[in-house]
Amino acid sequence: MKKCIVIDDDATARLIIQRLCSEIDNIEVIAEFPNAIEAIKFLNENTIDILFLDIHMPAFSGFDLIKTLKLPPQVILITSDKNFALDAFEYECVVDYLVKPLTPERFQKAIQKATDRKPVKNAKPDAQEANVAHELYVNIDRRLVKINIPDIYLIQAKGDYINIKTEEKNHIVHSTLKKIVDKLPEETFLKVHRSYVININKIIDIEDNSVLIKQDIIPVSRANRSELMKRLNLL
Amino acid sequence: METPNLNYIIELSGGDLEFQAKIVDVLKKEFPEELNLYKETAKTKDFKKTAGIVHKIKHKISILGLEKGYEQANQYEKELISNKDCSGTKFEDILNQISVYLSKI
Repeated sequence: MKKCIVIDDDATARLIIQRLCSEIDNIEVIAEFPNAIEAIKFLNENTIDILFLDIHMPAFSGFDLIKTLKLPPQVILITSDKNFALDAFEYECVVDYLVKPLTPERFQKAIQKATDRKPVKNAKPDAQEANVAHELYVNIDRRLVKINIPDIYLIQAKGDYINIKTEEKNHIVHSTLKKIVDKLPEETFLKVHRSYVININKIIDIEDNSVLIKQDIIPVSRANRSELMKRLNLL
Repeated sequence: METPNLNYIIELSGGDLEFQAKIVDVLKKEFPEELNLYKETAKTKDFKKTAGIVHKIKHKISILGLEKGYEQANQYEKELISNKDCSGTKFEDILNQISVYLSKI
């Protein structure tokens, strides 16, 4: 029996997919979600065979979700928009692309394609492989917000929160410096003080025990100063 | 002139009355909420956000058998995405037609 889940913000679409699955042998819908964020936890804790996924969803699109999955199931994209078909097939895990309203015949074909195909190893399209490490998703007010890692110039610890400062805006996130450092490229980011992690590429100047980044003067602790100096391309 | 109908839902149901009732219930519950959200958002002139709501409503237009209405909604969505301050009158006519229909079934 193939285990499936449905992610679509439209309840009528979820019902229709359930109905269509109920007409097909060996397919079982084990869960459904009105948005991608609620589904991520489930997908990280459960193994499924087929994911029916809407593209257009508020806050976090179907494509955003695919990018977060390390071991994606077979994905059947279901959307009202014909324009994303080319983008969709850049993802190895996408087996079919269905345009709403769904018909039983076309749905059946998509299921056949999914069951005929071997499981994929990686969700990311080749062209985007290199980009994935450049993005970080943070949980803010129950939304997963994408931050471009190269845009981060400073991270400041503030109690149970961290303030991630980027060129565009600041993001206050419930997390620790240790957790975020583990997600960042170590050649670019350095903890210079117990409360600060900086992007070395964004340093403007260094004076005594502080660095200037954008308009922020950041203290550098004695213990971290030598590591900082090692990283600099000194003349 | 095309009118809303349950042909698609009935065909999909294969005679399953429980499914038909469920989907009609969801339409009756969700559509008025989306209609209000559309009206409120359209007033703000936030075209991208309005396009997102039109996109969601489009599916309901299609399952109620309004093929021309669906194409009109598609066109309206495209214009909104390209940030055009376009008229939503035709789209709103479709929504009103659906409202009346859903209140009668």
